Amino acid sequence: MPESDPIAERSVAMQRSPEFQRLRRTFMTFILPMTIVFLAWYLAYVLIAGFAPDFFAIRIGGSNINLGLLFGLGQFVTTFAITMLYSRWANRTYDPIAEPLAHEMERAEAAR
Amino acid sequence: MSAELASAATPDLQQVDPVINMVVFAAFVAVTLFIVFRVSRRKATENEFYAAGRSFSGRQNGIAIAGDYLSAASFLGICGAIAVAGYDGFLYSIGFLVAWLVALLLVAELLRNTGRFTMADVLSFRLKQRPVRMAAALATLTVCFFYLVAQMAGAGNLVALLMGFTDPIAKDITIAIVGGLMIVYVIFGGMKGTTWVQIIKAVLLIAGAGILTLMVLFIVQFDFNELLQRAIDQSPEGEAILAPGLKYTNPIDFLSLGLALVLGTAGLPHVLMRFYTVPSAKEARRSVVWAIWLIGIFYLFTLVLGFGAGALVGPETIAGAAGGENAAAPLLALALGGPVLMAVISAIAFATILAVVAGLAITAATSFAHDIYASIIKRGDVAPGAEVKVARITVVVIGIIAIVGGIVAQNQNVAFLVALAFAVAASANLPTILYSLFWRRFNTGGALWSMYGGLISCVLLIVLSPAVSGRETSMFPDADFAIFPLSNPGIVSIPLAFVLGIVGTLVTKPSADHAVKQAEMEVRSFTGAGAEKASEH
Repeated sequence: MPESDPIAERSVAMQRSPEFQRLRRTFMTFILPMTIVFLAWYLAYVLIAGFAPDFFAIRIGGSNINLGLLFGLGQFVTTFAITMLYSRWANRTYDPIAEPLAHEMERAEAAR
Repeated sequence: MSAELASAATPDLQQVDPVINMVVFAAFVAVTLFIVFRVSRRKATENEFYAAGRSFSGRQNGIAIAGDYLSAASFLGICGAIAVAGYDGFLYSIGFLVAWLVALLLVAELLRNTGRFTMADVLSFRLKQRPVRMAAALATLTVCFFYLVAQMAGAGNLVALLMGFTDPIAKDITIAIVGGLMIVYVIFGGMKGTTWVQIIKAVLLIAGAGILTLMVLFIVQFDFNELLQRAIDQSPEGEAILAPGLKYTNPIDFLSLGLALVLGTAGLPHVLMRFYTVPSAKEARRSVVWAIWLIGIFYLFTLVLGFGAGALVGPETIAGAAGGENAAAPLLALALGGPVLMAVISAIAFATILAVVAGLAITAATSFAHDIYASIIKRGDVAPGAEVKVARITVVVIGIIAIVGGIVAQNQNVAFLVALAFAVAASANLPTILYSLFWRRFNTGGALWSMYGGLISCVLLIVLSPAVSGRETSMFPDADFAIFPLSNPGIVSIPLAFVLGIVGTLVTKPSADHAVKQAEMEVRSFTGAGAEKASEH
């Protein structure tokens, strides 16, 4: 019966606690804008490639490097950059808030 | 020296001695089998068989993810597409890479914190167990089936090409050998053995592609502009290869494919399952970071290799070779380093197929044994060891199905099956994964509507698409029931599945313990409390 399960009860209290609210808010304020940025940037890229290939065919200087290649490589650069930003944020900002909460929950679990 | 190389070597696969290829390939099989038997345990627990005892480090798992993800389609297919169609081949790899950000930011760690072995573990965590698990298991098996058949069918043609076999029986035997090796790897090695096969393959594949890339760049003295110029000079399309439009002529179809690629990866069951082989969410994060770097760098290599093959081999030679576009990378290796290098690259391509099918087989077997047999049929009441035994039997069944499917499909145009697997993953799996992690109100009704709606609409639209009927390149060129104009269903089925998740949630009642279960899942997924730890071994 989940109603009498101490872990479940603990979870409900934890979910309401200001510490957990802060954790969730920290998560959303980083993840949400990042996700919107990379999805929008990818979508823009796909739409230009599909509907305006002539734009991608514009060459830089007299070289064979065109905007399409730069935009494409740009997708690689932003993917690598967001990966590193996320990793740093998760290690430095998110984990220090999440870990004490996990310990608190697990102490409750062990005391069952 | 560069000019001579480009013109003097008119590569021809017939001049290659298949013995060299077989020796290199046999060496790979021998080494991997040795490792698989060393790590195998006859009496493996579920934890060991499905999740390798959660004992891999983030870096090892990241390399294995790259090994699981970089299929022969990624290597041979993308190189060939760039060599022949130029920029449009490159477009494909970008979707495959950016997709990993969805996995990294939204899925990997939260999923690692909530599940034990399968995607269905997570999806049924706070929803009604049996129906949701059944839907998730069906979606898992569907994705694995499409993906497996595509890989097996490809294996027959690929090896026939590389070894110079023309006899159809030789192709069938090749497919049977691939299936047989897959069964052996997975039955004996479980997840641990499969992971090592993927790690070895990933190292070989990325190193091999890296060496070829350096050789190509050396020839043009590290001047990428010069490489592009030579590719333009060799191509009948001329400058058109630098811009989009040679391969994908319908922008809506391309958008549909792009959506399926970017949203599908984080819903691929064999990718998700890899997150359970590490001891913690932190290691899952490290895995994805490693995987993104490796996969990204590999796709940059394929950009050079594709244009390199266009420049040094020539698109017309490639298109005319047995195997067509798939021959681009092996032909480039032949032009650059002769038969021995070509043998090495071909063996790597074969190893690539083996590692990918092994990953798919263990995922499908786990889903059947853990989700359908243990949780649904036996309602969790399983004798110790019985579940793993069922999983091992399932591997044999899946292997046989894959061999038969591969042989039947080998002369069909099955390239669309991989894109279809991504579309099913993006439609049937991802919406429910995201909703159950982030939307508190989401309930069982929403999950079932979204998963079945996504799965059925995807398969139905594919059947009604030009990939199956109505065109000369279709599976059934003589029939015409293609009322859906696009070859990828993603643009319809993905939004539909997201909407169905909302509608299904709003029109059905939540269970009595909805709020409590939701709280438990949310707290566990965000904090990592109570997540499965590494086993003692």
